[in-house]
Amino acid sequence: MKKIEAIIKPFKLDDAKEGLSKTGVQGLTVSEVKGFGRQKGHTELYRGAEYVVDFLPKLKLEIVVADDQAEKVVLALQEACHTGKIGDGKIFVLPVDDAVRIRTGEHGDAAVEAG
Amino acid sequence: MIRQSLYGVAAGAAIVLLVPSSALADDASNALFTANNVWMMMAAALVFVMHLGFAMVESGLTRAKNTTNILFKNTFIICAGILTYFIVGFNLMYPGDFALGSFFGFAGFGLSAGFAEGANTPGYADGGYTYWTDFLFQAMFAATAATIVSGAVAERIKLGSFMIFSTIFVAFIYPIAGSWKWGGGFLDQAGFYDFAGSTLVHSVGGWGALVGAIILGPRLGKYNKNGQITPIPGSSMPLTTVGVFLLWLGWFGFNGGSVLSADPALTSFTLVTTCLAAAAGGIGAMTAYTFVSSKPDLSMALNGILAGLVGITAGADVINPTSAIAVGFIAGGLVVGSVLLFDKIKVDDPVGAISVHLTCGIWGTLAVGIFSTNPEHSLLTQAYGVLCYALFTVTSAAAIFLTIKATVGLRVQPEEEIEGLDLAEHGMHAYDLAGSPGFMEEHSSSFGSGRPAQALATNES
Repeated sequence: MKKIEAIIKPFKLDDAKEGLSKTGVQGLTVSEVKGFGRQKGHTELYRGAEYVVDFLPKLKLEIVVADDQAEKVVLALQEACHTGKIGDGKIFVLPVDDAVRIRTGEHGDAAVEAG
Repeated sequence: MIRQSLYGVAAGAAIVLLVPSSALADDASNALFTANNVWMMMAAALVFVMHLGFAMVESGLTRAKNTTNILFKNTFIICAGILTYFIVGFNLMYPGDFALGSFFGFAGFGLSAGFAEGANTPGYADGGYTYWTDFLFQAMFAATAATIVSGAVAERIKLGSFMIFSTIFVAFIYPIAGSWKWGGGFLDQAGFYDFAGSTLVHSVGGWGALVGAIILGPRLGKYNKNGQITPIPGSSMPLTTVGVFLLWLGWFGFNGGSVLSADPALTSFTLVTTCLAAAAGGIGAMTAYTFVSSKPDLSMALNGILAGLVGITAGADVINPTSAIAVGFIAGGLVVGSVLLFDKIKVDDPVGAISVHLTCGIWGTLAVGIFSTNPEHSLLTQAYGVLCYALFTVTSAAAIFLTIKATVGLRVQPEEEIEGLDLAEHGMHAYDLAGSPGFMEEHSSSFGSGRPAQALATNES
């Protein structure tokens, strides 16, 4: 199994979810995160003074799928979240030792695939 | 009430038939007295609404972690202001006879004079209002001066220390200073003019705010290691907007009530100049800000409206509509420059209270000397008044603040300031964020409660 972590632009969440559902992904965890990459922060303005916001709001998506699904999911995410502008985010793929579906006690691929 | 007035009409009709014209005149003057008094009570209620306006502006322009604290201060001030005005304030401000030159007088504690013969008849104030209305209207004003200070010292002053300061300020400093003009003191005799309080209320509060902000020092994080300004954005532009519109509404009572009767021509004239100056102030600030940035700043435009209102307050009854627009427009420009200037010289004023109330209060007072239709008003006398109030208020505010600083302390601990005064001073939050969805829902229809149910089905199949 693989865990796919994607840091994306917040407004791309709907596109990402739609793209993922076409690949048959069964579940997804989203968290609000802040950070910066090559994009760095951006400047904002308040009462005549500019200031730099270093950490920009992003969303982190976490998806766990069977090994043979991973490439398809990464591709779907990359396509869905792409704008071509700096700050689109990153996708990480990590190995996963095991997974357990709490309701049934199923292990491994069975825990993340369609029941 | 209705029964009584019907009875009055019937009695009036009987008088028409039976009694000569002097009684008829009495009846008319009673009706006028009632109408005047109703307007003055209404004006007092409108000035009360200004306190809600201040509370909203100050909550909106400060951070969410200090909201309970700033609202508590506003709540305390209106309560303490009205009570201290009852105990000593009213009789310090309107002493009748001065005990010390024309600087200080005191007519005794409480409101017992309200039970004196004639205190609630047309004879009390040219038929404008009763003694009770007089107290109520003036008490609403008093608390305003202390509220102005609250915004400038926000997000870092100790709650208890602020309560001590504002109680002394509203109980003694404001009414003693006010007696010099409205109580018939030496500035009134010198020909100084301040119709509704550009100086007496707004500058007095503004000087207190300036002294407080200087003695406290800027909020942590407002200036970086190199001394550059790091803006600390307010938590809510909607609340700020609501507050400014409420203040505008309240100002109809502030200036309109300062006519001290419902005089049809003068009251409506005053409302027109007030309204024009407010509008011109907003446009003035918007215009001035275009020289600062290509992107308009709402908080500045709103400060501009308040600037216009403060600016016209000293001369709302003696400045022509066209001149009122000029006074407001200039005030709007001044407030933008003043906010930038105070930021630059490291006087940290989270809500712009010093710029709105002090800078524009001075401007409005001087504007009477320039634009007044009354030839007796002079720029020199106006400047003299501004100077007298500056000396007295700065000295006394500094004495109070420094005494508090040396005894119980003025500023919260740095860790309390970072954590927020809501938790540090009150142990509670203004907003319970546990049940709030956060920013994801702003960017996606998939979060929050408004999502269509079948959208989930694609995943379930």
